[in-house]
Amino acid sequence: MTAATRLQSRHLLSIADLEPAEIDLILDTAVAMKEIGTRTIKKVPALRGRTVVNLFFEASTRTRLSFELAEKRLSADTMGITAAGSSVTKGETLADTARTLEAMSPDIIVIRHAASGAPHLLSTICRAGIVNAGDGMHEHPTQALLDALTMRERKGRLAGLKVAIVGDLLHSRVLRSNALLLTKMGAEVRACGPPTLIPLGLTALGVHVTTSLDEAVKDVDVVMMLRVQRERMHGMFLPSVREYFTLFGLTPARLERAASDVIVMHPGPMNRGVEIDSAVADGPWSVILDQVANGVAVRMAVLYLLAGEELS
Amino acid sequence: MPVVMDADRVGRSLMRIAHEILERNRGAENLALVGIRARGVPLAERLAANLKVAGGPDVPTGSLDITLYRDDLMRHQVGPQPILRRTEIPFSIDDCTILLVDDVLYTGRTIRAALDALIDFGRPKSIQLVVLVDRGHRELPIRADYVGRNVPTSRQQSVQVRLMEIDGRDGVEVDEAEEAS
Repeated sequence: MTAATRLQSRHLLSIADLEPAEIDLILDTAVAMKEIGTRTIKKVPALRGRTVVNLFFEASTRTRLSFELAEKRLSADTMGITAAGSSVTKGETLADTARTLEAMSPDIIVIRHAASGAPHLLSTICRAGIVNAGDGMHEHPTQALLDALTMRERKGRLAGLKVAIVGDLLHSRVLRSNALLLTKMGAEVRACGPPTLIPLGLTALGVHVTTSLDEAVKDVDVVMMLRVQRERMHGMFLPSVREYFTLFGLTPARLERAASDVIVMHPGPMNRGVEIDSAVADGPWSVILDQVANGVAVRMAVLYLLAGEELS
Repeated sequence: MPVVMDADRVGRSLMRIAHEILERNRGAENLALVGIRARGVPLAERLAANLKVAGGPDVPTGSLDITLYRDDLMRHQVGPQPILRRTEIPFSIDDCTILLVDDVLYTGRTIRAALDALIDFGRPKSIQLVVLVDRGHRELPIRADYVGRNVPTSRQQSVQVRLMEIDGRDGVEVDEAEEAS
């Protein structure tokens, strides 16, 4: 595999579009970006004079803040639009919002939307580079990249790692992006969740699917817990939270079946006592706060690399 | 490809510069070396070793990637971003005399970027510039304090510095090809 020196697209819409060499390029760039966060003056002039619009149509705290911080550390000018209090609540369509923004000539648009494919739609309308910050049940590419950076930091590699992804597989864009990325990079992925929350065709992603948590975590190097997305459940997928925790909640006892140096990840926000026991979330296995720090570095890397690929 | 410095000459120049640094700074109190990536880094490490040989103290050494400070970073309309490498300055530069080290001094734009980057790390007492080769054609008011060799060139030529740590051999060559600096 030859080292990539650039991204082939000027958008980051999905992990599916990326070559392994491009993933390596983003992760290597993120490693260099991470050092900036350790300085007294946490800012470099790389994106000075560039405008980045953060378009968040769905509730988000950490992803939005992480992108904002990444943009500010690169000296970009940023604007934020959230669904509440914008023209969206007045009935404007996404395409019209996009055209309005386009008239203000932003360089990069970061979008989160409840509809799968919304970033792709934007990329067909806008001249700006589009970054998918999570679209419906499709993908969340920067989350998978920051997870990969965290694993690579802790384990020194991605190829050959055994990774269990546990929880609400059906609604999870984090699962889809992670499964795509990890299998591309040569890791072994096991997905585990209740039968009502396993989407059709999951095995086509090259992952092993099971409903047994004990089977999923056996000898794994990484356990990634997914949030139970109660806002997407409408009461029909799970009998009760207590039953879910009994069958799929990650406890120290469950972790004993994993490799002795297993790490535990969670994209946040956590539901303690639902998918993860507090003893695990706060325990020595947890790299959850590393993930947050790496999120800023990965997003800086993505913005920096995409900014070089703009249209003339 | 004409060789303007062979391995011997590179080695002797670096030793002479180490002596000049000690002489000029009356010993080496509060000195620190910062090499500009890529080839300034091994040069800084060699200077640190030479300073010891010349009777000076241990001098902390760091490396600086100036990519994010380049003045041409966002000016090209299409094309890949330069690859970003790690910056490692594991010491406080406040009140230090920083010896900034690079292989070739040409337009001065790299040094301008390095100065901006360094100032983001703290407030050094002073910054002195060390280069192995000064090839002329400055576009900014910048000069080196220590020079291995002045090499008159035309803008069409390119100057290639080879170092053992990166290229497997030492030497400086002037090439008639297009500028690649």
